[in-house]
This record gives sequence, C-alpha cells and structure tokens, in this order.
Amino acid sequence: MRDLRDIWVYLSASPLLHLTLTLVAFQVGTWVYTKGKLNPMLNPVLIAVILVVAFLLATETSYRDYFDGAQFVHFLLGAATVALAVPLYRQLEKVRQSALAILASILAGSLTAIVSAIGIGYILDGSRDALVSLAPKSVTAPVAMGISEQLGGLPSLTAVLVILTGILGAMLGPIVLNLIGVKDWAARGLAIGTASHGIGTARAFQINEIAGAFSGLAMGLNALATAILLPLIWHWIF
Amino acid sequence: MLNSLTLILCCQLAGELSATALQISVPGPVIGMVLLFCFLLVRGSIPENLARTADGLLSHLSLLFVPAGVGVMLHFRLLGDDWLPIGVALVVSTVLTIAVTALTMTWLGRRVSGPDGSSSNGKL
Repeated sequence: MRDLRDIWVYLSASPLLHLTLTLVAFQVGTWVYTKGKLNPMLNPVLIAVILVVAFLLATETSYRDYFDGAQFVHFLLGAATVALAVPLYRQLEKVRQSALAILASILAGSLTAIVSAIGIGYILDGSRDALVSLAPKSVTAPVAMGISEQLGGLPSLTAVLVILTGILGAMLGPIVLNLIGVKDWAARGLAIGTASHGIGTARAFQINEIAGAFSGLAMGLNALATAILLPLIWHWIF
Repeated sequence: MLNSLTLILCCQLAGELSATALQISVPGPVIGMVLLFCFLLVRGSIPENLARTADGLLSHLSLLFVPAGVGVMLHFRLLGDDWLPIGVALVVSTVLTIAVTALTMTWLGRRVSGPDGSSSNGKL
C-alpha cells in the first residue's frame, strides 16, 4: 500500500500525469461524441472538462497543480490563434466579392453579442466579475481570455463561458437560422462563427463546407473586432 | 514543420511585444494573427509546410480549450450565485447574435447581388 502512495506522490508532482489526463479525457469525449452521431449536446470539450474536474475533486488535487501539467496544452492556444491567419487567407477570394456585406454583418453581430451579454447580465443583477467575463463570450477562448484579463475579469471563468457559448451556438444555431428563414450557406456560416467561434465552426464544417469556411472567417474577424470594440465599450459604460 | 512553427511563434512573440510596447488593448496572439496574415498577403501564397502546421494546430483546436475549461472548478460559487444572469445572457445573447448576423448578411448580400444573382449596384 505504501508503494502505491509513493507512486502517487511522484506522479502527482510531475506534469506527465495531468497532461496525460487531459488527453485521455478528451479522447473519451471525442469517442462519446462520435458514438453519439455528433450530437452537439455531447460536446467533447464539455465531456472532457467534466471528467477532469471529477478526477481532480476525487483526488483532492488543486487546479493550480493540475495546470502545471496542462499548461503545455494550454500554451498552444496562442499559437493556434496566430495560425487562424491561414484559413482566413484561403477565403480571400470569396471574401473580396462581398467584403463590405461580410464586414458589416460581423460587426453588427459582434456589437449585438457584446451589448446584449452585458445588458442582460446587468438587468438581471449579475456581479461585475460575471459581466466582464460574459462580455467576450462569443470570441475564441485565447482572445476572450486576453480581453477579460485586460478588463480585470476572470480569464478562467471567461474560458468556461466561451465554451458554453460555443456549445449553445452549435446546438441552437441551425434551429434559429431555420426559424428566421436564412438559407444562404455563407450567411448561416457567418452567423454561427460570429456567435460561437471555434466550436460553432467545427459544427458548421460538418453541415456544409461553404458554411464552415465562412464560419472560420467570422470567428477570426470577430476576434479582431471584439478585441478592439469591447475595451472601448466597456470603458464607455463603466 | 519546425520552420513554420518558428514563424508562428515569432508572429506571436512580435504580437505580444507590440501589444505591451504600444499599450494597445488587443491581445498579442491577435496581433500575431494579423502579422501572419500580412506575411501571406505579401508572399501571395501559403507555404506548404505552414499550411500543414496550421491545419494540424487547428484540427485539435477544441482540445486546447480543456485546461482553461477545467478552471470552472474555481468558480463554482460565483456560478452558483450568478447562475440566472449568466444563463439567460448566454442563451439570449447567442440567439440574438446569430439572428442579427445572418439577417444583416442576407439583407446586404441581396442589395449587392440581388436574389436572382444579378448585380443591382445601380440601386445602391
């Protein structure tokens, strides 16, 4: 029994355990998602997060100890954001044809996302921490976390809200778009990408290639728009 | 693989440095994305191994959210206290954003090319 505890002490102090835990939990999440016929309710990120949290609570491990190992995965988020330039560049020709309409719709969506999130949170008496962490919820996680940190929010809470928004957008997007009768794939993709970033984009790619490409474009441009607009709006309101 | 990863990290580093030096409120990686995009514009094409590295990174994009998402365990209390404003804001704001973006694009797109695909620039 003593040997087992020694092994645990050794393992929990090294990044290996929590790095592996993150990857295994995500693999399980992906497996469930695939088995569940890509049902958006079975989002692999959501499943992985629940599994990891359950494990950490059961072993009484702190988030900081977990993050010592998981930071190697987390670090790549910044690099992935930079890499978004590549799919953006691929859509250059398509974008040129209706650049103005695309920019205007993403800007309108970006403003709607920011103002409605802050407004509803404020009306329902949310705390300042909740409001500032809610405001960038429609933007891809690394950018949203950066914005939230700059405005004095809680980056880790923002990450959770961003992921929830992504799952909601992927689930509700097709329903809303059918309801308001928008059939054009480019418009559908732009809407899902603006509202629900990478998780929505992954979903859009499964439905239609054009929708996926425009969703990726909207995700990139909305990240840029929100990074510029949100600090201005926030300092103007508060 | 290695040189394209170096290029990506250099863009990120340059982005972080200029964000700090110029005191602008745009996160470093976003400036890095703009820099890489400008590099591609100037070059006129995507180097093959950069395409491979970028696609590799982005194909596992959702995995990269997990460590941050696990941070939810730090905020159980705040989420418990503020579940109503947070929950309603998330759902309503997401639905509104989708509707506004899609309707703006449909409306403007129609103005530009017309529902039958013909140009109607004269009407603008």
